[in-house]
Amino acid sequence: MPTLQINKLSCFYQDIQVLDLLDLTLNHNEIMCLLGESGCGKTTLLKAVAGLQAQLSGDIQINGNPVNGKGLNVAPEKRKIGFIFQDYALFPHLNVFDNIAFSLDRLSKQEIKQRVDSLLALVQLSDYSERFAHQLSGGQQQRVAIARALAYQPDLMLLDEPFSNLDHHVRFQLIDEIRALLKSSGMSALFVTHSKEEGFAFADKIALMQAGKIVQIGTAQALYCHPNSRYVADFMGLSNYLKVHAVDQFSYQSDLGLLTSDSEIELNKAPLTLLLRPEQIAITSSADGLGCISKVSFSGSYQEIRVIYRGNDYHIKHSNHFGDTQQFKVGDRVSLRVLNHDFVLLR
Amino acid sequence: MKLNLISNATLYKLLPWAVTCLLISPIIALLINSFSSDPQGSFQHLFDTVLLTYSLNTLLLILGVMSLSFIFAMPVAWFVACCEFPSRTILQWALMLPLAIPPYIVAIVYTDLLDFSGPLQRLLRGVMGWQRAGDYYFPEIRTLFGAILILSLALYPYLYLLLRGAFLGQSGSLFQAARSLGASPLRAFYRVSLPLSRSAIAVGLSLIAMESLGDFATVNYFAVSTLTTAVYDTWLELGSLTTAAKISSLMLLALVILISLENYSRRKQKVYQRGGATHTQLRFVLCGWQKWGALTFSWILLVAAFILPLFTLCYYALSYFSASLTAALWQYTLNSVWLAIIVAGLALLIALTVNFYQRLCPGLFARTTIRLSSLGYAVPGTVVAIGVLIPFTELDLGVNQLLLENGFSGIGLFFSGSLFILVVAYLVRFSAIAVGSIDSSLAQVSPSLDLASRSLGQNAFQTIRRVNFPLIKKGMLTAIILVFIEAMKELPTALLLRPFNFETLATYVYQFVSDEMIEYAALPALLIVLMGLIPFIIVNRLLEKST
Repeated sequence: MPTLQINKLSCFYQDIQVLDLLDLTLNHNEIMCLLGESGCGKTTLLKAVAGLQAQLSGDIQINGNPVNGKGLNVAPEKRKIGFIFQDYALFPHLNVFDNIAFSLDRLSKQEIKQRVDSLLALVQLSDYSERFAHQLSGGQQQRVAIARALAYQPDLMLLDEPFSNLDHHVRFQLIDEIRALLKSSGMSALFVTHSKEEGFAFADKIALMQAGKIVQIGTAQALYCHPNSRYVADFMGLSNYLKVHAVDQFSYQSDLGLLTSDSEIELNKAPLTLLLRPEQIAITSSADGLGCISKVSFSGSYQEIRVIYRGNDYHIKHSNHFGDTQQFKVGDRVSLRVLNHDFVLLR
Repeated sequence: MKLNLISNATLYKLLPWAVTCLLISPIIALLINSFSSDPQGSFQHLFDTVLLTYSLNTLLLILGVMSLSFIFAMPVAWFVACCEFPSRTILQWALMLPLAIPPYIVAIVYTDLLDFSGPLQRLLRGVMGWQRAGDYYFPEIRTLFGAILILSLALYPYLYLLLRGAFLGQSGSLFQAARSLGASPLRAFYRVSLPLSRSAIAVGLSLIAMESLGDFATVNYFAVSTLTTAVYDTWLELGSLTTAAKISSLMLLALVILISLENYSRRKQKVYQRGGATHTQLRFVLCGWQKWGALTFSWILLVAAFILPLFTLCYYALSYFSASLTAALWQYTLNSVWLAIIVAGLALLIALTVNFYQRLCPGLFARTTIRLSSLGYAVPGTVVAIGVLIPFTELDLGVNQLLLENGFSGIGLFFSGSLFILVVAYLVRFSAIAVGSIDSSLAQVSPSLDLASRSLGQNAFQTIRRVNFPLIKKGMLTAIILVFIEAMKELPTALLLRPFNFETLATYVYQFVSDEMIEYAALPALLIVLMGLIPFIIVNRLLEKST
């Protein structure tokens, strides 16, 4: 049974449709990332699952129990969900221990102490139980928030932009820690972000949203390598679009020469658009090359190069191998070649 | 927008509306009354004779107090917020203290000091060798201008507080940018700091205007006839509730105009991003004549508005201590304190009811209950008094008639003649303070804390008890104390509505004031001041700690 099942969920806010007949399934111990630009409806979706969103139509089930449906709207405290907020929402009048113990008021004192101590150990904050929120760093506050949510033993963890208030170097370390924590606790999680790097690092699957709909769902690789639209392709990374047309069952003709495919292709006279990621184009210096470099920027392990080739602009990533003597400068003549890969054709 | 945050709580949804209806009933009653007929023709008579003069006096009073308060408050607010000079830190809080002294007490002190038999004129006569009043000219304090001066001394702190806050909030780099563009300090102040504070000025001046419109004791003591004194006279002397209600409606109209003007001037104000260093880090150091000018101006204002009145009261209170310390004084102090405590407690309950309604069921309805329940604060005490008299005398009449028709004995003036009506009137006036205080402290509690608690299995009421209450404790205490202070000071409502033989400290003082017996008024007046001052200091401590 999936942990979360959403069917045909729509939401209106002041006559604007924020969610549009949206379907989603989240399996047990799976971490899914809701990715999209601001205003695409991802936070609304999260709040709908938590029971904090009004004016919904459609069904939501958590662990097979309906929580939203016709005439049904289960109160947030009865849904067994954990919610992690962007601002952590630690209770400022309670210390770390009491924050984590907040939902444990039915247990005996000793049981509470046991549970909180083990959670503190889990998030590596055993020495901080007496501290208050304002005495903790952002990363520590986030870990307390996670421990507090885990104490309630939710069926599903919802995280709303949980890493956006953190410094870059703390962020990715914490992402690894919390991912490991959720996985080891057998938790399923739905996670909202606008940063694809966070999604890559934290989630098993990514659901990319646009205007209240999920436009593509799958692993990070699938979305990056096999996007189903230009929107997805551009959102996931830099893209080059190359006009091609089939010449026979195994090859296309293009500006960058003849491209051969390993598998048989559909013979179609109409021109097609081929997606080329910057690392799928090879670049070599050559005095009689047709390309001319317009920009070079150094990014550590690779160089980002822009080339004008037959009037079109191409983004290229050139890996800096150790001992590689090729130095590119603006104005150099170069030739380009498409590396062999699974072709992705877009409309 | 309907959100299932509270379920099965119809009672809870009705309660805020019931409370709001009670609080706006006097205003509704006045509005209905203003369209009713004028049986004795007394309003028509007033209209034909003195009403124009009264209205003109009221208008002049308001404009005068607004201008003079601005002249008092604006420079000191700027000195204290943006400049550095000796004794600035003392002045910063001391300049608010006049708020603790009700204007009519300042009025008797100055009358005593400036009268023919007062120390100043005696001194002048002694030095100059004059004998009679006809020998020299001395300005008369008991005039319209005198009332303007006294009210400005008592009310300028409203504007001072708001302006100081606005100046402190402004980015100091804006002022420095203006300087670097060639503006002198004075010009930079005029071109940058002042326009940026327009909204604070509008709020402060409209508060001062409302207080001046509502002032009864000072103008009555100075024998300046305004609309407030007209309401008081027509009810207590002519006994005409209808006429009093009609004049009250006229004052409500003036209030509506005032509030609209305030809203209009605030609407045009944009929100300015606060950024960069504030004035706290970049104080403008005054030296030479500037320093002496700032010092003289600030300290003369403080002495005139607070130190001198307090000193005079202490002098008389000590001189007539044993004669003033009577059983009656003890009784009336207790009356005042009890009344103020009851009103403060009930106002807090009202505030919690409407504010949590807004928190749990946000939307237009909740916003409306908050707005409506806050209306009373702007309405002058005399007007509120007439407003509550109308529905409750009707209620008494109705209940009595019903009881008598069914063979029971009547209840007399059970509602309109008891403390009940006084408490209601105080609540109408002062609930707004509690509502505002709870509103702003709740606003500082991030809504995600509520959601966090809900997601951890706590229902709406558990969340209020375990998360919201502990976090707004200070706000609740502030609300109680502020309402307590206002209720202790309140005079006109108590004068009009107190039950037979019931006195508060304020009405007790006012009796002596009317009889020009400052010697006996001093000790109870001092008690009022102290009971305002001490809680006031506590509140300020609370607020400073929370920021």
